[in-house]
Amino acid sequence: NTQFVPSRRMGLCDPIHQIVMWDDFKGSDYLDSSPAMMLDFEAKPEQQQVFSKNNTSGASHRYDQEATKPDKVLRRLAQNREAARKSRLRKKAYVQQLESCKQRLVQIERELHQAKKQGFSAGHSSETTTPHHGGTTLNQCVVAFENEYRNWAEAQDRHVDDLKRALESNAGDSELDALVERGMKHYSHLFSMKASVAKADVLYVMSGLWRSSAERFFFWMGGFRPSELIKVLAVHLEPLSEQQRLDVSNLRQSCQQAEDALSHGIEKLHQIIADMIVGGRLGDGNCHLPEISAAAGKIDSLVRFAGQADHLRQETLQQVTRILSPRQAATCFLAMSDYFRRLQTLSSVWSTRQRQTT
Amino acid sequence: MEKISKLASENGILILSKSTCCLCYAVQMLFKELRVHPIVHEIDHDPEGKEMEKALVRMGCSGPVPAVFIGGKLVGSTNEVMSMHLSGALLPLLGPYQ
Repeated sequence: NTQFVPSRRMGLCDPIHQIVMWDDFKGSDYLDSSPAMMLDFEAKPEQQQVFSKNNTSGASHRYDQEATKPDKVLRRLAQNREAARKSRLRKKAYVQQLESCKQRLVQIERELHQAKKQGFSAGHSSETTTPHHGGTTLNQCVVAFENEYRNWAEAQDRHVDDLKRALESNAGDSELDALVERGMKHYSHLFSMKASVAKADVLYVMSGLWRSSAERFFFWMGGFRPSELIKVLAVHLEPLSEQQRLDVSNLRQSCQQAEDALSHGIEKLHQIIADMIVGGRLGDGNCHLPEISAAAGKIDSLVRFAGQADHLRQETLQQVTRILSPRQAATCFLAMSDYFRRLQTLSSVWSTRQRQTT
Repeated sequence: MEKISKLASENGILILSKSTCCLCYAVQMLFKELRVHPIVHEIDHDPEGKEMEKALVRMGCSGPVPAVFIGGKLVGSTNEVMSMHLSGALLPLLGPYQ
């Protein structure tokens, strides 16, 4: 709560109040980065330049020590301060660069370890643009799936462009119907791709490893949760007729019930597998190989669940297109792609953010 | 197959299941949520189980378990039950039994 008492000299303040202000800033970060306070009430007018407002050395705490020194010394001290400041900034920038390199290295190490563990070539996260072959044994089905999925995603992008064009140009119902039909077939194709790779490695499918991290966070049984998707789409579908509103609400409820039922089934499977591998003596890892091998066989039951989840997704899309007009249905497919795209962006933003955190 | 027809006609809602089948359990949970109480018959604990399984396959049941019968008629396996539920066709069938 100091007040500047304007001095006879330009822009200078009362020395006693200056001291009080220095005490205010002592021990704070202010000293290093703030613009310089008015300094040195004893300095002659021509030397005020050195300690002018534009001098960002900000070392107001030194002024009272310098008050009695000759100006050559004062000039040198100011230059030293400036050099020191620049050096500190350079060091800070270098350290920040090192930190972000370190983060990147940690991430690369993690991805490599992951790829080796799963024994297939990476590219399962959309944040890495170049897949790297980290695994010593490649799971051919998974590699084939990931390649096919990349093609699928490109075809999907083209479909989305067509949808956008048709909607913007006020295309007729039959054209929109055809586009919606194409969208449905495209998703059908994805589900049959997933069914194939599930036979080879169902845990890969259930974990959604070919998708980005944020998408996987929202995943349920290896894909989008149908009831959640309906909520997302509803945002873009207004206005809906009363009948449509009712139908959409019933559909969402039915999806939720079906999802819950399947989730209960998975919980039961968890329990069964846990019961198989737990028990017996602690620390005897190798002893339990028979039980663990049996448990691995039980994991095969997941294949039917993965199939049921995709079947539910397909049926949901089918019902949605039945309830809505061609235009609304086309908007739905556009909204769906957009939603997944945003989740992928979220993943990228998230991983970039992690790398920058010191 | 006789045993299947008998079980189906005697019970409003019948699920032919296996004790180890978690998908069968999932379908049971769905019916529970819909407030009906199907009779669950585990064919792996039935001496005629193998025959029943073959019969279900012949009837076109994709599971073959779970096999769901409502009002004595085969509705299907999980696929069919889920499709019907999403399309709104299941609840009316269950109405008399709720």
